[in-house]
Amino acid sequence: MKAIYKKEIRSYFTSVLGYLFIGFLLFVIGLYFTAYNLNYAYPEIGYTLSSSIFVFLIIVPILTMKIMADERRLKTDQMLLTAPVRNTDIIIGKYLALLTVFLLPVILCCIYPVILSSFGSVNFKMSYTAILGFFLFGALALAIGMFISSLTESQVIAAVLSFALLLIMFMMNGITSFISGTAFASLVGLILILIIIGYILYHMTQNYILAAGVSAIGAIICIILYVIDSSKFAGKLTNILSVLNVTEKFSNFAGGTFDVTGVVYYLSLTSLFLFLTIQAIQKRRWS
Amino acid sequence: MIEVKNLVKKYGNHLAVDHLDFTVEKGQIYGFLGPNGAGKSTTMNIITGYISATEGQVLINGHDIFEEPENAKKAIGYLPEIPPLYMDMTSKEYLQFAAELKKIPKDQRKRMINEVMELTKIDSVKDRLIKNLSKGYRQRVGLAQAILGYPEIIILDEPTVGLDPKQIIEIRDLIKELSKKHTVILSSHILSEVSALCDHVLIISNGKLVASDTPEHLGELMAGSNTVVLTVKGSTEKIKSVLNSINEIRDYQITKSMESGSKDIKIQMKSQTDIREKLFFTFAEQRCPILMMDSTKISLEDVFLELTSKEQINEEIPENLQEEVEVKVEEEEQNESNL
Repeated sequence: MKAIYKKEIRSYFTSVLGYLFIGFLLFVIGLYFTAYNLNYAYPEIGYTLSSSIFVFLIIVPILTMKIMADERRLKTDQMLLTAPVRNTDIIIGKYLALLTVFLLPVILCCIYPVILSSFGSVNFKMSYTAILGFFLFGALALAIGMFISSLTESQVIAAVLSFALLLIMFMMNGITSFISGTAFASLVGLILILIIIGYILYHMTQNYILAAGVSAIGAIICIILYVIDSSKFAGKLTNILSVLNVTEKFSNFAGGTFDVTGVVYYLSLTSLFLFLTIQAIQKRRWS
Repeated sequence: MIEVKNLVKKYGNHLAVDHLDFTVEKGQIYGFLGPNGAGKSTTMNIITGYISATEGQVLINGHDIFEEPENAKKAIGYLPEIPPLYMDMTSKEYLQFAAELKKIPKDQRKRMINEVMELTKIDSVKDRLIKNLSKGYRQRVGLAQAILGYPEIIILDEPTVGLDPKQIIEIRDLIKELSKKHTVILSSHILSEVSALCDHVLIISNGKLVASDTPEHLGELMAGSNTVVLTVKGSTEKIKSVLNSINEIRDYQITKSMESGSKDIKIQMKSQTDIREKLFFTFAEQRCPILMMDSTKISLEDVFLELTSKEQINEEIPENLQEEVEVKVEEEEQNESNL
C-alpha cells in the first residue's frame, strides 16, 4: 500500500496533473474569497466554498481519469496485480494519494478564516465545519472519479463519464424538483431504475438470467405494492433520487451546521465507490 | 513447485486454454512453445494470478493462487509480454518501487537493486527515464524487476522478442545463469531458443498440451530416420540416378543451390545407419563432387511443426511438394541452358 501511495504521489508531482489540480482549485477558491470575503467583507468561508464546488466537475475528472485506466492501457497493472499485494491495498493506496493531493489546497483554505479574523470577528467553528464538508464532498467526488476510471482503458472516456456522473449529481436538486410526485409517476420511475440496475448487473456478471430476474422480481413487487396501496408510492421516487443529491448535504456544512448524518452519508458513499472500484478490478480478472 | 491441474480458460465461446495439466519441478528451465495465439500468455497470466481460470487449479509451492494469492505470488517473479514499466520513472526509481511492492525488507533493498542492475547490465542507464530507453534496455529493466527479490520461480513471457542478436545472446546467458538458483519458465515461438535453453519443453497448440519432454527426447521421438544434407555439383538426372542406386535412402529432395551448377539435396534414410561414406564414394565414381555434406538429426522445429499442425498434414502432401520442387528445378535448369 505504501509503495503504491508513494508512486502515485510521485507521479502527480512529477507531471503537471497534481499542480494543475491544486492550482486551479486554489485559484477558484481565491477568486470567490476575494470577491465575497474580502470585497464584500462577508465573514463566512462557507459561502465561498459552496460557490466554488462546481470546480470539482472539471478538476476531479482531470485528476482521476488516468489513475486506473492508464495502468490498464500500459499493462502496468500486470505488475501490480501479480505482486504479493492485496487488491484492496492497491486501491486504498491510490485513493490515499488522491486524498493527499486534495488535502494540500484544503489545508491552505484553513488559513482563510484566520486571515478574515484580522479584519473582524469570525466564527471559527462554523468556518472549519464548512471546510470539513468541502473536504468530505471532494473525497466523494474523487472516489467516484476513480471508480469510473477503473471501468475503462481510455482516459478520455473516463474523464467524460466522470464529468457526466458528477454533473447529474450536481443537478439532482433541480431534477428532483421537476419530477412529479404522484404515485404512478413514482412507480414508472422505480421500474426504470430497476431496469437500469438490471443492465448494470448484466454488464458486471454477463448473466442475463440474474439481471432479468432481479429487474423482473423487483418490478413485480413494486406493481403488487402499488395495487395494494398506491398512496404509499407518492413522492417515493424523489426520496430515492435524493440519495444522489450530494450538494444538498454539503449546503448544511457550508451553512456552518455540523451534520452527523452528512458525515455518515459522505463516508458511506465514498466507501461504496471504493468497494465498487475493487470489485471492478476483481471482475476484470474473471472476464 | 508448480502444479497446474485441469486448467480451463474460456473467453466467451472461445477456449483459450483447454484442460491443461502439468507440473514444474525445481531448478530447471521450462519452455512453453507454441504458435501465436496458442494460449501461452494466457496460461502464464493465470499461473501468476493476473487473470483467473474458468476451471482448474494452480498450486505454487502448495499455495493455491486463487485462494492464497499473497503467499503464492511471493514465490513468483513475472515479466509479461509487454514489460510493465512506468515511463516517467528512471530505471532505479522503478526498481525501488518494485522492491517496495514486493515487500523486500528495507535494509536489503539497496543491495538487491544494485545486484540486479549489475546482473542485467542496466547500471549505465539507471538514472535515465524509462521512456528514453531503447527496447532492449526496457526489456532488461523489466527482467530486473522480475528477478528482484530472487523469487523461487521466474516466469518470462517471450523475453527475447524485439531484441538484437547480441542482446538475445546476453539475455539467454543471463537466463542460464539464473537457472542455477531459480526455476525458470519461459515462453517463446522461437524454436532454436527453446532447444538451446530449456531442460524441458511443453508444446502447446490451441490451448492444449501436445507434448511435454526434454528437447532431445522430443527429437528422438520423431526421429526413426536421420537426415543428410548435401551440396553436389552435377545435373539433376545424374544425381537422381546415383541416389536411386542407394538402397538405404527412403526419400530425397533436390533443390537448386546458391552455387551455380550444383544442387542441394536433402536425404532421409531408412535406418539409423551412417551412409555418408557410401554417398561419398558413389558420387565420386560418377564424378559428381560433393561440395558440402552435413548430417542432421530431426530438429525440434520438425517436431513442433508436426505436433502443432497435425490436422492439416497427411502423407500425400510431402510427395506432391517434392514433385513440384523437382519440376521447378528442371524448369530452372532449362532456363539456365537457354541463357
